[in-house]
Parts: sequence; structure tokens; C-alpha cells
Amino acid sequence: MTKKILLALTFMLGLASFNTQATEHYTIDTKGMHAFVTFKIKHLGFSWLEGRFNHFSGEFDFDETHPANNKVTFELEVNSLDSNHAERDKHLRSERFFDAKKFPIATFVSTQWVNSGQGKATLKGKFTLRGVTKNISIDVSQIGAGKDPWGGFRRGFEGTTTLHLSDYNMKEANILGPVAEDVQIWLSIEGVRK
Amino acid sequence: MSLLTQTGVNRVQLRNNSHRYGLLAIFLHWSMTILIIALFFLGEYMVDLDYYDSWYQAAPDLHRSFGVIAAILLILRLLWRLGNVQPAIIGKPWEQQAARWVHRLFYALIIAIVISGYFITTADGQGISVFNWFEIPASFQGFENQEDIAGEFHEWLTHILILLVGLHTLAALKHHFFNHDTTLSHMLGLSNPEQMEQEINQTTTYNHHNPKG
Repeated sequence: MTKKILLALTFMLGLASFNTQATEHYTIDTKGMHAFVTFKIKHLGFSWLEGRFNHFSGEFDFDETHPANNKVTFELEVNSLDSNHAERDKHLRSERFFDAKKFPIATFVSTQWVNSGQGKATLKGKFTLRGVTKNISIDVSQIGAGKDPWGGFRRGFEGTTTLHLSDYNMKEANILGPVAEDVQIWLSIEGVRK
Repeated sequence: MSLLTQTGVNRVQLRNNSHRYGLLAIFLHWSMTILIIALFFLGEYMVDLDYYDSWYQAAPDLHRSFGVIAAILLILRLLWRLGNVQPAIIGKPWEQQAARWVHRLFYALIIAIVISGYFITTADGQGISVFNWFEIPASFQGFENQEDIAGEFHEWLTHILILLVGLHTLAALKHHFFNHDTTLSHMLGLSNPEQMEQEINQTTTYNHHNPKG
């Protein structure tokens, strides 16, 4: 009996030390699509227009005890923009807005992770869209982590930030005017540990 | 006095005959001419409108609706063509052959333009409303970024079509003013049957000497 408890304790300790020592490496689960990149912008100031990007990929490192080791890299295919209206998508991808042909990929590379307690953090990094790189800051909160039913380990976050349309050299951003200046981004990111 | 009842010009009938186009063929030709040219310029105009322009919604609505009308006219035209004799083509054998291929090219282009236009609007499953009168449902969402690819095709093909319209117009004017033949009056329903008879005889002679043409 004592032996068994000892064994169990050693095992748990081992697991705990494994968890605290190593930085965990995750791939964002785009294979099973447990990740979403959505945006929301006001239409004429009357309502919200929602859309998302369907194709992206990314990785992140997560370290429970040394948050300085946390980092995120993310790539997004601009022409995967989807607002559930083909003609609008075409218009947005054109050179009048995203110019997806010339700037097919948007990227995010983190520079800093600051824990703010209770599973929340601020993630800072460089975001490049349409050839323009801006320092942005994303409010992150962990939703959960643990073993999945299929033998893997997963960790998931949500993130929000606000981008400004006028920052990215879009030809017609000014036509949409101040009501469409702020674009709210909502991210749901689930990583599968490598 | 109507031109159609001038001496020496028979009243045009509804159906084609071996010498001339009938009224329906003439109507289909000119209604499509007007539609296609108008659709081209409307298309060019509407894609440059900015979001707050009062035409931003109406111009594409009209473009889509008239586009569907043009497609319907084309279907009628092809059916009518199947169920009718085609008037003899005048000119040298190579000219006749060229005329046949230009016709085919016109039809192929218009069909491809109609389909690519349809693929743009319906790429996400939305139908095409025709003057808020009836709706053409979406049926094909087959490839990634369908609206962009179809859009490129639509743009290129319409530019080729409008070039072909220009050539076609120049050729018709050349026939009328330089060759003084009945090609253009033919399509206006104004041609003089005697002159046409002569031209057809001339054409038959060509064909006789060059049976392969």
C-alpha cells in the first residue's frame, strides 16, 4: 500500500517537474480547425459586420513558470477573408482594400508576454498587414488546458484586440470614414502540444 | 413612308429565309447589341464607384439583372437559330469561313461571360435577383476564391468581347460603304432582294470554283 502511494507520488512529482521545467511547444490546431480569426467592423455606424479568415497557421510556446519564454508566431492568408458575401469579399481582397494579390500573407510575431494573473495576459508583438508593420497588443485569456480524449494535450486561449483601418495604407479606408476606423478582432486559438 | 415598304423591298417576315434574316432574328441581334454595349460600360462604371456613391448598390443590381436578360436573349437566339434557316453568307469562301468563326466566337464569349458573371455573385450561395422580380438560385460553389477567379475571367472576356464588337462594327461598315453590299442592310431589314440575289449568285460562283471553301 505504502509502496503504491509512494509510486504514485513520485510519478506525480515527475509529471509536475516535467510541466514546470520545460517550455511546451504547441501547433495551432488548424487541421481539426479549433481556431478562429474573426473581425467585426461597423457598417455605416448602424450595425456590426462580422467576417473571418479561414486559412492561417501558427505555433506557440507556453511556459507556466517562465512566461518570458512564451511566444507566438502566426501567418494568415489574406485572401481567405470570408464575410459570407462573395461580392463584398472580392471587393475587400482587391487593391482597394487588402490587395491580397500583392500582399498575400499577414503575420504576427510576438515580442512580449506579460501575465496579469488569473489566466490573463497581454501579448505584444509585431503585426504585418499589407506591407505595414505595427506594434499591437492583444488581451489574452486562457480558456483551458488538458489531455484530449485522443491521446494529445491541448491548450486554448482567446484574444481580443482593436486594429485601426487607417494604419494599413488601404486605398479606400478613408472613404468608409471614422465609423469604420476601428476593427475589433477576436481570436480563438487552440494548440496541440508537440 | 416606312422604309420597309419602299419599292423593291419586300416586307420582312418573322422567320428567316435563305435570303434574309427574319424580324425575330433582327430583333434579337439589335437588342443584344444594345444590352451588351450598355452592360460593358455599366460594368466598367460600377466597379469604380465608391462605397457612399448613391449608385453603389443600384448599378450592380442593374448590371446583374440586365446580364440575366442578355443570357435569356442568347438562349432564345440559339434556339431560334436551330429552328430556322440561316440566310446565305455572301462573300469569298475565306470570308464566309471567317464569318462562321466570328459568330461562334461571339456565342462562346457571351456564354463564358454569362457563366463567369454568375459564378462571381453566387460564389457564397447567394442567388441573383433579377429586378426583384425573380431570382436565379446559386448552384455551384466549386472552388476556393471562386468570385476572384471568375471575376478575372469576366473582366478579360468582356474586354475581348467589346474588341470583337468593334471589329464586327468596322467590318459591317466596310461592307456597306466600301463593298456596297447588303451585309448591313440585311441586319437592318432594309436590303434590296434583287441586289442580294446578285450577291448570292456571285457567292455561288465562288463556291463552285472553290468547292472546298
